[in-house]
Amino acid sequence: MGDVTMRIWRGDQNGGQFVDYTVPEVEGEVVLDVVHRIQAGPAPDLACRWNCKAGKCGSCSAEINGKPRLMCMTRMDQLPTEEPIVLAPMRTFPIIRDLVTDVSFNYVMARQLPPLKPRDPEPDGTYRMQQVDVERGQEFRKCIECFLCQDVCHVIRDHEENKPHYAGPRFFIRYMELESHPLDTNDRRELLRQRMGIGLCNITKCCTEVCPEGIKITDNAIIPLKERVVDGAYDPIAWLGRKILRRTKRSAREVAADAPAAYAPTSEDLGERRAVPETAGRA
Amino acid sequence: MSTIEDVKPVPVTLGGVRGGPERRTLRRDRWWASPAFTYAVLTLFVAYTAWAVFQNADYYVGVNMHRDLISPLYSPCIMGSCVPGAHGTFLVLHWWTITPAIFALSVPAAFRSTCYYYRKAYYRSFWQAPPACGVADGHARYTGETRFPLILQNLHRYAWGLALVWNVILTIDAVMAFRMPGDGGIGVSVGSLILTVNAIALWLYSLSCHACRHLCGGHVDQFSKAPIRHRLWKLVTPLNGRHMQFAWFSLFMVVLADVYVRIVAAGWIHDPKLF
Amino acid sequence: MSTTIDLAGGETLELHDFDVVVIGAGGAGLRAAVEAKQRGLRTALVCKSLLGKAHTVMAEGGAAAAMGNVWPEDNWQVHFRDTMRGGKMLNNWRMAQLHAQESPDRIYELERWGALFDRTKDGRILQRDFGGHRYARLAHVGDRTGLELIRTLQQRAVALGLEVFMECKVLRLLKDSTGQVSAAVGYWRPTGGFVAFTAKAFVLATGGVGKAWKYTSNSWESTGDGHAMALWAGADMIDMECVQFHPTGMVWPLSVRGILVTEGVRGDGGVLRNSEGRRFMFDYIPAMFAAETADTEAEADRWYDDHINNRRPPELLPRDEVARSINAEVKAGRGSPHGGVFLDIASRRSADYIRRRLPSMYHQFKELAGVDITQEPMEVGPTCHYIMGGVRVDADTAATTVPGLFAAGEVAGGMHGSNRLGGNSLSDLLVFGRRAGMAAADFAEGRVGQPGFDEAEARQVVADALAPFSREDGENPYEVHHALQETMQSLVGIIRTESELRQALDELATLEERASHVAVRGGRAYNPGWNLATDLPSMLAVSQLVTRGAIERRESRGGHTRDDYPKADPELGKVNMVQRLDERGQWVLTPEPLPQMPPELAALFDEGASTSANGAATDGKAGAATAGDGRDGQPREGQQSTQTTEEGR
Repeated sequence: MGDVTMRIWRGDQNGGQFVDYTVPEVEGEVVLDVVHRIQAGPAPDLACRWNCKAGKCGSCSAEINGKPRLMCMTRMDQLPTEEPIVLAPMRTFPIIRDLVTDVSFNYVMARQLPPLKPRDPEPDGTYRMQQVDVERGQEFRKCIECFLCQDVCHVIRDHEENKPHYAGPRFFIRYMELESHPLDTNDRRELLRQRMGIGLCNITKCCTEVCPEGIKITDNAIIPLKERVVDGAYDPIAWLGRKILRRTKRSAREVAADAPAAYAPTSEDLGERRAVPETAGRA
Repeated sequence: MSTIEDVKPVPVTLGGVRGGPERRTLRRDRWWASPAFTYAVLTLFVAYTAWAVFQNADYYVGVNMHRDLISPLYSPCIMGSCVPGAHGTFLVLHWWTITPAIFALSVPAAFRSTCYYYRKAYYRSFWQAPPACGVADGHARYTGETRFPLILQNLHRYAWGLALVWNVILTIDAVMAFRMPGDGGIGVSVGSLILTVNAIALWLYSLSCHACRHLCGGHVDQFSKAPIRHRLWKLVTPLNGRHMQFAWFSLFMVVLADVYVRIVAAGWIHDPKLF
Repeated sequence: MSTTIDLAGGETLELHDFDVVVIGAGGAGLRAAVEAKQRGLRTALVCKSLLGKAHTVMAEGGAAAAMGNVWPEDNWQVHFRDTMRGGKMLNNWRMAQLHAQESPDRIYELERWGALFDRTKDGRILQRDFGGHRYARLAHVGDRTGLELIRTLQQRAVALGLEVFMECKVLRLLKDSTGQVSAAVGYWRPTGGFVAFTAKAFVLATGGVGKAWKYTSNSWESTGDGHAMALWAGADMIDMECVQFHPTGMVWPLSVRGILVTEGVRGDGGVLRNSEGRRFMFDYIPAMFAAETADTEAEADRWYDDHINNRRPPELLPRDEVARSINAEVKAGRGSPHGGVFLDIASRRSADYIRRRLPSMYHQFKELAGVDITQEPMEVGPTCHYIMGGVRVDADTAATTVPGLFAAGEVAGGMHGSNRLGGNSLSDLLVFGRRAGMAAADFAEGRVGQPGFDEAEARQVVADALAPFSREDGENPYEVHHALQETMQSLVGIIRTESELRQALDELATLEERASHVAVRGGRAYNPGWNLATDLPSMLAVSQLVTRGAIERRESRGGHTRDDYPKADPELGKVNMVQRLDERGQWVLTPEPLPQMPPELAALFDEGASTSANGAATDGKAGAATAGDGRDGQPREGQQSTQTTEEGR
């Protein structure tokens, strides 16, 4: 077998450039293996985040030939090797170094999410749920939090200013999981509409395209959520129905009041220690 | 309705210098092919439809040709301007004098333009927001579907409801097409088959709609407590997975049906009776 | 919100103060932190990776808890007995008891926090069969239970507003003048800046040590940091020689060498073959298992449908037996092209069946190896999986022998004896994570005075960590790591002998020397070479512990196999191998007697023989019934008799 050239973006907040590394081709490798060989050889300081190397932890997200993918699940023999393979960090998040980005955005969004508020249990203190009731949520709980969907979503990838009010696909599936949770008694629809940017999504489905777990993010979470928001805010007949029938879920105000006290992100979350300047990279 | 204005907004500062090169995309595959194709097909469709709408002729094949075929672009035809035989008998809007296709198309147009699939298609190909995954947006500012007019996309379910009425009418059209007036009562012609397939395609497209899936059972939190809605939802869900295919197929059928009726009505060909 | 102190050379040390600091954010760490936070204490969780990426996500099978949802006959006594027998009676009985008693509550608690387990027909939590468990006992979500567990705990932690310090590697624990652990010094991986956490109590939950071996199912984080920090802080370590090698890890391609191939493949009909196509396991049936293992392929094949009238296939012998046999075949030159053996289910089951029963295995081989397991055999070989030994803890409080320091999860020893049953580790995390959190909270509340530390010590830790930057022409840390992995793999692997272990000790001394001369280049921010250089001392310390323990335990028991002492020694079965560093930094190893089990629990084992004899019929029925749903990795009645025999030796 011949050689393979990896064109890897090296740099930090002060800028960077692509550097080519040529290593011998080895049968059966994934992109992450080649990165590890480069670390063990010519570039021991090449920064790259990874953990399990089995597609289960979602750490090694990067952009391979321009496509957001997991490095550990991208086989080298599926990439054209006539020209260099381009490896770049996730575009949407602030850079830390080389292929490593600061994904704090996601942890901030996680904090703002009103958690499960289960109804009362059965007399024996446990719950009964049928398999059909949990299956929808189980699909969303397959999420490995690789944040590739957040990375590819143009709402924040290309529009930095949307970040403060956009939860993103990863958290839309979490909202849908909770909204359709058989035990939950919260109503997060107004929160989604007013503060989490469900209306910003224009369902162009890139999140679904890049999901390594094959979660149907758009069809099974975002669109159903949009429809639920329509029920709550835009549909006049549904509104009339609610006036006539008794509403069963809690209001958005109650839900928001219920959200964790640590609603506002701490400085640790936001990279005070990482000294990431608070300026947008690209308008 | 409740508001959440009294909850403090979160002081989120998430920005930072981004990594990677300042390029529109690093993709090297032909990412532009799919939006370009969609752009071309949708443009052709709109152009053809606009042309067909303002023809205001050759949309009905009547008793003089021993058929009862109406173009889906002109049905329901309840206008004063409709050619004799084409319009219904119990409701005629005599004051409508311009082309009847404008009324007939209003509902399908509303349904398709607010459809979750077509939204993806035209946001990508026409708006370039984004043109393809991992390719930068064509616009500097972006507010999604939060403002007028795009906030109206949220009324998709009403367009869907009206589209069902249209489907019923077009289904009746298809059934009527099996009548061969003055030519042996009932029979099967190419035209009747085309209208039938068109009607089926429209039903598949409407029933696979995301709003339909939501209204059937998607709004339920505990399926085990709502077995009928769960069953409906399970019926619609696999259809929903093919919504894109049905959207294109039904679009193609509408055009095919219009073209066919048009060339028969214009006398280019006769609608062959099969049996 | 944090303060800093200046160290020499312009270096600063960021300071954070808490009541309880938990190190490690896998299942145990998260559960401990949630507990302390719920108690209202100022709690911090410090982890080496991002939150939610810990090795716990890799767990597939389920969490063992005697809830009795599938088999009402199940109860904590049965679970306790299974655990003790699986661990070859080397377990801390009290830990095994608490674990068996409390696991069900911990599982139900997860459900209240949002976990969505698979359900029974009547809407309860479904439980699955697994090797060594008498009843179907594992609460699960398909084959991604670990992910469910960590995500649920993570979301609970976030909802409580827990402070999480991510991508922070802790290097050392520092004590105050009273000898209580008072601070943890580490650095931020993103910036390379140093930080110290002071707290009234610390919980270690750093997981395993697998990265010291070449082929492991563990992620890069499993470098034994917690084991080493406890040792350096003066804590006792027990039974470090007990390391579990799973017989079937992937061996090819390189990218996935070591990744686990679930036991379920064999349970569902997969067989092991050598390069000659022979089902070699028939050649390795030890005399003590001969009575309950099939000796013809025909009988073994009938077993899948009829557990009662046939004996189990030799592929389903205990993990240690299978691992040893594979090892022997490869050494004899009958291995597969890439140094494993073939695990074949393609020729034995329909493609549909395989895809339905083993979806993640199908996916794993298809994506990573380009192998369609419905068409071709898999190549597999043993892989380092879990360490049963660890920091010696008090069963009820998870307190180590050092005041102010607690440990839970894989880093703690005793719970699993010399061999862990599948499914017991996830419930271990929950039960002892919570107990560690409670006890740490109690300790913090009772501790008087503000914890302080000696700045000189902190300076030393920082200087040691930075030393590789100042060496001009030292070795690349990756080379030392690779050499360490080679040494541990070849000399302290599945099969051990005294001479090789002694050789390993010598090599470890050399490696320690080499590690003290590694050089790194580049900046400090997210520098993986440097990060590895700071992991090396932990891995070397753990390797020493394992090797020294292995030399002294002159018997074969559970995960520890000595070629030169192939039998279990009843006397050694009564002791823990306790290791510590004395005041002068010398290694000390003393066998100490196991805690004595109270008579009422010991009686469970006296009845064991008669129960299992009487229970053979019901066991058989259970096995046959569950074989139908195919989740059973190992037959229940076979397991039962296996253990009886094992006890007899």
